[in-house]
Amino acid sequence: MTWLSIIIAGILTYFTRMTMIALVSRDMLGDRIKAVLAYVPSAVFPAIIFPAIFINDYGSFIEMNDPKIFAAIVAIIVGYFSRNVIATILSGLISYWIILFFLL
Amino acid sequence: MLSKKQLFTRGMLDVSPHMLSVIPFGIICGAIGIELGFNPYLVYGMSIIIFGGASQIVFLQLISGGASSLIAATSVGVINSRHLLYGAVLSEYLEKLSFIKKLLISYLVVDQGFAESNKFFKKNKTEQYLHYHLIGTGSTLWICWQISTLAGIILGSFVPEELGLKFAIPLTFIAIIVQDLKKIDHVIVMLVCGISSLLFFDAPFKSYIIISPIVALIVAALILRLKE
Repeated sequence: MTWLSIIIAGILTYFTRMTMIALVSRDMLGDRIKAVLAYVPSAVFPAIIFPAIFINDYGSFIEMNDPKIFAAIVAIIVGYFSRNVIATILSGLISYWIILFFLL
Repeated sequence: MLSKKQLFTRGMLDVSPHMLSVIPFGIICGAIGIELGFNPYLVYGMSIIIFGGASQIVFLQLISGGASSLIAATSVGVINSRHLLYGAVLSEYLEKLSFIKKLLISYLVVDQGFAESNKFFKKNKTEQYLHYHLIGTGSTLWICWQISTLAGIILGSFVPEELGLKFAIPLTFIAIIVQDLKKIDHVIVMLVCGISSLLFFDAPFKSYIIISPIVALIVAALILRLKE
């Protein structure tokens, strides 16, 4: 039963990936829609970022002095100026660990 | 003009920094499945059949929490519906491919691969074999995901939980969009999406993950209209 639902989930997921690529042609999207689609990364990824920072494993909001908020700000500043993915991730993780293990 | 091999390699290189978050997350995902008492083959089968990090964890948690298989499968579909938006963006660059190639390449479209290939595509529109970049990012992520979930299944959660490595996930996505903070319209769209995701966090089937992008894209459309 679980296998069957995994296969259904897999087919659903594949369709979300395939539908727009295989079944939509360029002409079906007008210039206005294409202009809006340029915002897709900015419109999608914060929905992954915000809950991962502000909501804990139990589904409630974190305190405003949580190390994750400070570490995310460090990562944003480092990422903005370095333009480097590794530096962004590491600066966030390291500042998170410093607060977690040494300052709290 | 870059060769197919050069584009493929470039894709691999462009996405490789994200392994810092993908590999720990894969290990966690495999380990969670075993901790929740699932058959190892089933936990690993998801990495091939679904191939979508967060949705795999949600699926396992829902089933082990007693939810019906229908609800679990629906949640996976809803969480992964954001790929529709990625596909709409990529379709412009992939339209010359044959139908079969489109069907095959679709399997490899995931968040970080989409983000890095889309950045590359925007700068290199004239390249003939652009899709090899997407194959490069997608297959690199695929291989790392398979190996890391397998490692988590076999070795258990050998990544100490106290390290909080799940936090690498938001960091990886911050790295993807941080340069767009230069543009005020993008900042507005990001804030709308982020705040909506917190407001709709408790909506059924984890639908905040598609509701908030839709709200943010509507705002983006309004911004574009105001600019005209």
